[in-house]
Amino acid sequence: MMALNPSARIFAILLAALTIIVPVLNLALPETSALHVPTYMVSLFGKYLSFALLALSVDLIWGFCGILSLGHGAFFALGGYAMGMYLMRQIGDRGVYGNAELPDFMVFLNWQELPWYWLGFDNFFFAMAMVMLVPGALAFIFGWFAFRSRVSGVYLSIITQAMTFALMLAFFRNDMGFGGNNGLTDFKELLGFDLRSQGTRAALFVASGIALLAGFLICRVIVTSKLGKILVGIRDAESRTRFLGYRVEHYKLFVFTVSAVMAGIAGALYVPQVGIINPGEFAPANSIEIVVWVALGGRGTLFGAALGAVSVNLAKSYLTAAFPEVWLFALGALFIAVTLFLPKGMAGSIKVPLPAWVGGRT
Amino acid sequence: MSDVLYLDGISVSFGGFKALNDLSLVVEQGEMRAIIGPNGAGKTTMMDIITGRTRPDKGIALFQGDIDLTKRDEAEIANLGIGRKFQKPTVFESHSVEDNLQLAQKAPRGPFATLIAKMSGEQRAAIDETLATIALTEDRFRLAGELSHGQKQWLEIGMLLMQQPDLLLVDEPVAGMTDAETDQTADLLRDIAKTRSVVVVEHDMEFVRALGTRVTVLHEGSVLSEGALDVVQNDERVIEVYLGR
Repeated sequence: MMALNPSARIFAILLAALTIIVPVLNLALPETSALHVPTYMVSLFGKYLSFALLALSVDLIWGFCGILSLGHGAFFALGGYAMGMYLMRQIGDRGVYGNAELPDFMVFLNWQELPWYWLGFDNFFFAMAMVMLVPGALAFIFGWFAFRSRVSGVYLSIITQAMTFALMLAFFRNDMGFGGNNGLTDFKELLGFDLRSQGTRAALFVASGIALLAGFLICRVIVTSKLGKILVGIRDAESRTRFLGYRVEHYKLFVFTVSAVMAGIAGALYVPQVGIINPGEFAPANSIEIVVWVALGGRGTLFGAALGAVSVNLAKSYLTAAFPEVWLFALGALFIAVTLFLPKGMAGSIKVPLPAWVGGRT
Repeated sequence: MSDVLYLDGISVSFGGFKALNDLSLVVEQGEMRAIIGPNGAGKTTMMDIITGRTRPDKGIALFQGDIDLTKRDEAEIANLGIGRKFQKPTVFESHSVEDNLQLAQKAPRGPFATLIAKMSGEQRAAIDETLATIALTEDRFRLAGELSHGQKQWLEIGMLLMQQPDLLLVDEPVAGMTDAETDQTADLLRDIAKTRSVVVVEHDMEFVRALGTRVTVLHEGSVLSEGALDVVQNDERVIEVYLGR
């Protein structure tokens, strides 16, 4: 298969298997079976997969082009809001106020009609286009100014933090028209399917798995192309690339925009599985956490980023339930330990002997 | 025949320090020129002006007779046909030698073109040829970061050749090289100069002598003396500022 080295192939195969097996174990086995996967867990894993896609998007720009975005949570949240707006419109007149035209929070604010920017979101395809277009357009405009002015390194990281922080403050305001502090929630249906039903949840899990696989393959195609080599060139010796005649800003803009679109899709998969989107998703700390996932998993390996996202979040789910007060300390300690002992992250440090059928060398 | 490079009255200052002061220099088509001068004479700043990294405060910089270099950026100037080798060897260390040459090779430079680019047989043959020229055929698949210092210098020169420039700017190509490597590099540059114009900035007098070419001496941002090496070495002013140590 094109552009897949052994570890990438194993990752793709395992991911495809997981995408099939988890829903089967959930839907086909009776609840009494030992192998039965409870529905809440299907959604939990689905959430992890959306985080993995988000981590992949950050690894694409950070691992391969050296752009350390500390604001990728913003693109994730925007994709999530676009999905949330569609889900709000799906509620129709089943809200608390029974208003078929306006979501509950607008009725509560005494609004008389739907703001113009909510128009069209009752259409699934329009909403899905916005899931990609809104983060993509923001990244394009942001990147256009930042990269053209040659803002890079820590300065770029700081302005990405400022961007997500500014968006958080904006989305907290009630008159922005996105539900303010409470965000968007109480979703009922997606494409007419009940979001609480077992089948819908399994389908969302499968969609997350497919999106992650597709995102992974697209990233592999990008990083193994000549363009990918130029990205690495920009990461390692930016001025050399420039003096060879490449427009570095165009390359950064391209990959930054692709990455933001992926983050937006991840957000759109996340929202129906957790049932809520609120301005907290824009919090600067969230974006930093994504970078920690990637660093732990192994920067510049793609599958490492995905593994990092899943394993940190598994640990988080366990620790926040078992020892809620130590979670942040544990994350900090893990980050320090990996930086000290596994500087290339989990994926870069653990060498597994691969069997020949996946192309491994003994 | 028009001049490949024409600099007239170039001045640039950084926070009060005059890096270049009314510098004028002409390089003819197919000429090789050595530039020497003490530290701070403005050699690197001059290269920065020619390659679009720095804008002059005043003065004219023309390429191929009528192309104004002061209005263009690095990428544009590189694509016009000016290649630059840095003082410290700058190659893509985590790429193989072959990939380094492939990235330098003259080809469409836009992101969409490179996303779908495939190497043709003709391009591979050009890479083979350059590998032979810079004596790195054996090291084709090694990472550039694993090469010796001298080999990195050659790889960077090879990358310049892949760009097929009309003018090569080469900043201290033999810094840190052994004597044998220095001789080979002089041969290589002389060979390159048969088909292109080359400007070499260098401290090493033996190397400049080996190049056997016209020399320009810079001092405090302007040209102090120009001519054959023996002539400038006997120039009183040159001896005073530079050679008379």
